[in-house]
Amino acid sequence: MDDPLIAETSDERALIARLQAGDKAACAECVELHAPGLYRLARRMMRDEAEAEDVVQETLLSAFKSIAHFEGRSGLRTWLYRIAYNAALMRLRRSRPDSVSVEGAGLDGDAGLPVPRQMFDWCCLPESDFDSREARDQLEAAVQALPEKLKVVFVLRELEGLSTEAAAEALGLSPEAVKTRLHRARLWLRERLAAYFTELAQPAAED
Amino acid sequence: MEPHDCRHLLGDLSDYLDGQASAMLCAEIERHLEDCANCRVVIDTLRQTIRLYRDLPGPLLPPAARERLYHFPDSGQFLRP
Ligand SMILES: [Zn+2]
Repeated sequence: MDDPLIAETSDERALIARLQAGDKAACAECVELHAPGLYRLARRMMRDEAEAEDVVQETLLSAFKSIAHFEGRSGLRTWLYRIAYNAALMRLRRSRPDSVSVEGAGLDGDAGLPVPRQMFDWCCLPESDFDSREARDQLEAAVQALPEKLKVVFVLRELEGLSTEAAAEALGLSPEAVKTRLHRARLWLRERLAAYFTELAQPAAED
Repeated sequence: MEPHDCRHLLGDLSDYLDGQASAMLCAEIERHLEDCANCRVVIDTLRQTIRLYRDLPGPLLPPAARERLYHFPDSGQFLRP
């Protein structure tokens, strides 16, 4: 994926100019191009499909309304992710006022990185165990279960392929914070996946 | 190796896996990995974790939801000719 911070393919510049001129075909193009990615972010932040869909609608509407103020400092995609993230966060805060704000404490920097506990090497499982529907469901469930502030960094960096700088721009974080949160998220997911794959590798261990 | 070294290197493993660690740090990590089975497991399974997520297709925008994006209230002024 090309770096979304650089707003700069001529295609994108042309699309932005048409959006700013109120061209409806350009709006439709923008939906085609970006709705799938916005939905992936929203679906992973929200509890169900309907809420995710609402977030995508709200994001697009708000983007089309404010496209005149888009300065092209970041890429269009980064800007849209930023709007979607804020829309999702607002909804989460409205429905669970206590849960979102507190958990950011102590997430940045290396101090207190969780010490890895799962020490079974499950890499050697047959590829079919990683490819299965069940494994993919486990991978998705693990992302859903990540603490909010790690999750959104992991989704934008690792799953949506934004650069550190673009993710920092979308989330209003420093690039350093993005890097340490990505690392924490990976360690967290490794523990969680290890629990699943270790059991898969040692089905008789419990007996 | 002392567990102290494991903890000391833990924060740098993503840089190492992303190819963003300095040559000196790479050498330090690789030296540690030769002697530390636990860190070898951590790094192998961390690398595998990253690979599995890179290959994950992710939630698909349902076709009906995609269709509704063109018809939600207020979208007319932007989307409908
Ligand atoms: Zn070690």
